[in-house]
Amino acid sequence: MERFRFSDVPLEPAALARSLADPACGGYSAFEGWVRNHNEGQSVVSLEYEAYAELAVREGERIVKEAIRRFGVARALCVHRIGSLGIGDLAVWVGVSAAHRDEAFCACRYIIDEVKHRLPIWKKEHYRSGDSGWVNCERCAAPAAREHEAQVHHERTHSPRPESRRLLP
Amino acid sequence: MSHAENCASQPVRVQYFALLREQAGRSDEALDTCARTPRELYGELRARHPFTLEPAMLRVAVNSEFCGWEQPLRAGDAVVFIPPVAGG
Repeated sequence: MERFRFSDVPLEPAALARSLADPACGGYSAFEGWVRNHNEGQSVVSLEYEAYAELAVREGERIVKEAIRRFGVARALCVHRIGSLGIGDLAVWVGVSAAHRDEAFCACRYIIDEVKHRLPIWKKEHYRSGDSGWVNCERCAAPAAREHEAQVHHERTHSPRPESRRLLP
Repeated sequence: MSHAENCASQPVRVQYFALLREQAGRSDEALDTCARTPRELYGELRARHPFTLEPAMLRVAVNSEFCGWEQPLRAGDAVVFIPPVAGG
């Protein structure tokens, strides 16, 4: 059974929930991650998700299997969006069905926490200021990146002949 | 590359994602390298691309599995350096 996948089209939670229906289950828990309009003091207008799908799907399947084994739930599934998303869009969905609610809540929490930490998925935020940045990547790299940008800007601004710009890598 | 003539170089393929993709200006490249490990390979690539992320910020995968920085590289390996992730 498929336990993790990516989607490049909007997710439909009702249909996803139905796929976990099981007559032996009395509890169902889901988590929805939505695109937020702010992050670390910046006003966010949209974002893009990118993934190393081959590895992420393998690792995502492992995470969901771990949750099923660890908490003894009946079924579990996680679907993550890739591509461009707007504010309020559903970015990630986790659903779990189990005999009782407690293990459904716990497995759901485990899956989203592990997905956030372990899967090779990246998020580029576009800010109201016109700036953009890769979440968790830019701050540590900022000084060197700015230096490089300044250098490129300098080359563009001061290039004497337009054709010479085409020779730049 | 010139130094490839002076060592036992082998072909590898590198895929780039997110910030590394933008800084490399491409999503993958095939190259012959004398690098024996992912750590040596990243050092070599930093001389060609303006990568700002230190190795300590990255993880490595070879042939679609996470691995250590010192795992010996073999001819034909597909290597990915994984920037800090932000799923969810």
